[in-house]
Amino acid sequence: MFAKPTTGLALLLATFLAAGCGGGGDAGGGPGAAAGDDEPMTSSVDASTAGNVSGTVSFTGTPPAPEPIDMTEEQVCAEQYSSRPTTQTVVVGDGGGLANVFVHVREGLSGHTFPTPSAAVLDQEGCRYHPHVLGLQTGQTMTIRNSDGVLHNINASPSENRPFNVSQPVEMDTERSFPVEEVMIPLRCDVHGWMAAYVGVLPHPYHSVTATDGSFSLETLPPGDYVVEAWHERYGVQTQNVTVTTGGTAEITFEFNEAMAGNPVPLAEPWVLTHQGEPGHAVGADRP
Amino acid sequence: MDARTAGPGAGTRRAAALAAGLLCAAALALVALAPTPAGAQVEGAAVYDRWCAGCHGVDGDGQGPAAGRMLPRPRDFTVGLYQIRSTGTGELPTDEDILRVIDEGMPGTAMPGWSEVLTRAERNALVEYLKTFSRFFASSPEPEPLDFPRAPGSSEEKLVRGREVFELIECNRCHGPAGRGDGTSSPTLENDEGHPTVAADLTEGWMFNGGGTVEDIYRRLRTGLDGTPMPSFSDLVDAEVISSEDLWSLAHYVRSLSPGERPPVREVVTARFAEEGPVPTTPDDDAWDEVERYWVPMVGQILLPPRWFNPRVDGLWVQALHDGQELAVLVTWSDPSRSPDPAWDEWATKVMEVMDHPDAGSTAGAGPGDRLTVQFPATATEGMERPFFLQGDARRPAYLWTWRSWQAGPVEAEARGLGAEQPQPADGQDVTTAAVWEAGQWRVLFSRSLTTEGEDDPPFAVGTAIPMAFQAWDGDNGEQGAQGSVSTWYFLSLQQPTPMAAYVAPVVALALAFGLLLLMVRRAQRREEGAQAPASRV
Repeated sequence: MFAKPTTGLALLLATFLAAGCGGGGDAGGGPGAAAGDDEPMTSSVDASTAGNVSGTVSFTGTPPAPEPIDMTEEQVCAEQYSSRPTTQTVVVGDGGGLANVFVHVREGLSGHTFPTPSAAVLDQEGCRYHPHVLGLQTGQTMTIRNSDGVLHNINASPSENRPFNVSQPVEMDTERSFPVEEVMIPLRCDVHGWMAAYVGVLPHPYHSVTATDGSFSLETLPPGDYVVEAWHERYGVQTQNVTVTTGGTAEITFEFNEAMAGNPVPLAEPWVLTHQGEPGHAVGADRP
Repeated sequence: MDARTAGPGAGTRRAAALAAGLLCAAALALVALAPTPAGAQVEGAAVYDRWCAGCHGVDGDGQGPAAGRMLPRPRDFTVGLYQIRSTGTGELPTDEDILRVIDEGMPGTAMPGWSEVLTRAERNALVEYLKTFSRFFASSPEPEPLDFPRAPGSSEEKLVRGREVFELIECNRCHGPAGRGDGTSSPTLENDEGHPTVAADLTEGWMFNGGGTVEDIYRRLRTGLDGTPMPSFSDLVDAEVISSEDLWSLAHYVRSLSPGERPPVREVVTARFAEEGPVPTTPDDDAWDEVERYWVPMVGQILLPPRWFNPRVDGLWVQALHDGQELAVLVTWSDPSRSPDPAWDEWATKVMEVMDHPDAGSTAGAGPGDRLTVQFPATATEGMERPFFLQGDARRPAYLWTWRSWQAGPVEAEARGLGAEQPQPADGQDVTTAAVWEAGQWRVLFSRSLTTEGEDDPPFAVGTAIPMAFQAWDGDNGEQGAQGSVSTWYFLSLQQPTPMAAYVAPVVALALAFGLLLLMVRRAQRREEGAQAPASRV
């Protein structure tokens, strides 16, 4: 094994160096340290010249039947439902609106700065996450709440950020934040295999999660050209180009259908477009 | 498979150790001359490519050629996610944390320990090289280990409090009420890769990844096992839901669920002669508490196709008694499900979906149930001669006792090769079984007369050592047929009853000796009296 002493020697040298020179340096804040806490930034957006984007995401065709959840193992949660609870993956409203779509500005905001908003709450109630899809700004505190009082663990598996997995056996709050932009971060509870949530982290506040009527709005955007992306956990992503003018509200719509289910966008690869809404001529070429 | 057992390597290792020592001295003198730490990465790469890439892949992505049969999969170093750390959840491991896993391996997985295979310098270089696979190491501050106080001592009160905390923070949800990995959430557990993963059996502390001491357990409660369902409980202490002392009590309690140290593997299982009367007829008889238990490690059957790389049963506790007429063998093992259990229906399918290129004829889902086979040679053997350990062969058949969770009997069979077993006729079945499944544990009792009228039943002669081996199947883990766990051969030795003479002789001898002593004392006293009288007259 040690036929080449010179090799071993070099190895040792290197090891000594590596071991000896690596020390020092404080770790600083933990994973939960919010980047924006100490530096109250003001927005570089002039509200008096801003405009808005709003619209709806609709589902065309017959949506799949809601997937029932068997909660018999957790009676505390099961008792909260008069009929059998279902997963929040595909929720289509009466008017055909698709809920839980994460709509956000993907391109067109370079050069702007934004203050870190106050904490957003991710609640665990009835052994489901509320909201099922949550938008955060980088560094913004996420207050993870256990309203059930039964054991949950919150297991986040990001790719760009560091993961975490914390236990909440009683009613309590736990705070975490993500310092790096990432769409989307999956969260799960290992105690209740059906519990899933997705968190989108952006360096700006222009994100919205569609309600059951499929509506969304992105408000107080500086005038200009944007690429707006709509992300759905089952049907992937689509983009639209939109121009925002002072005082105006640009209307855009997205449509999803069941045929898109076969090719969901891998998590953490949101910039690869797979469905309708070709990237085309990307305006504001820089990612925010 | 275990690199440490390679016999001829011992000399090489000593030579390597000597060489490393000499080199250390030289390196100390020269270390100032070394230009950059980049050299570490070059050498680490060589060590890695030779010893690690087969499983972890040359690119460190856990996709090596051998990875496809492993569950859990080899670590993907590119994501910078490490289970065993001294740092908080989500944080990177320290160099010492990575080195520890290289040194000790990950028990219960395919990852062996390397401390006796690679030099310290090679292992250190590996640590540096592994860190280059993930961008997180370069872009993050130096990881700081969590600061823990030293472990407080244990006490009865702390163990009681530990049990309370176990229930308060619901460890049982995954680990089960007695800690054997049979919690209600256990069948649905998955790791970050979406692969089925098991909650640790807390009664086998010597198998714990990251160490089995109270400190090790406490540290993992604080850090969690990132990438797995095991969370960190640090936030509970910070939020004062429980105290740090509570967590220490829990660590003591978890520690108390396992033997003090790794049970030794002993080749001879002694069936003690039950002087107190007939052997117990149930697995729950208190008499078993007084009977010595022997640990028998089990491994997946990977010699004959279809092979099995994901065995559930990693060991059995074996106890044996005889009363001169009847032999009783009690086998106890951890199994999180009483197969077939509907809650585990999908488990085996998920396991098989992960396996790359399973052998033809492999299991596709849950097997019919749990099963245990005890095997003996069908015909008398001499010396170390034994049948092939996988149910014999055409030349030397094996005599089997099989218990099945899904059907009663037939227990006795003869086999001339794996799967080629012939049950004895119904009127020739002389072995009875009694089984209990409780809190993630099977206890199965086999009983048979030492001698039977069955022509094919080898007699169990008192005072002899009879070869004995085991096979186990967990149906809900997909195990059936050739795909289960196996042991090597052991010996079952039936203890001689102590003959009555052995009790009488010492008593007689003692009485005789005492009598003689009395006699001598008497004589001496008389002689003294005789001697004193004349003297007084003088």
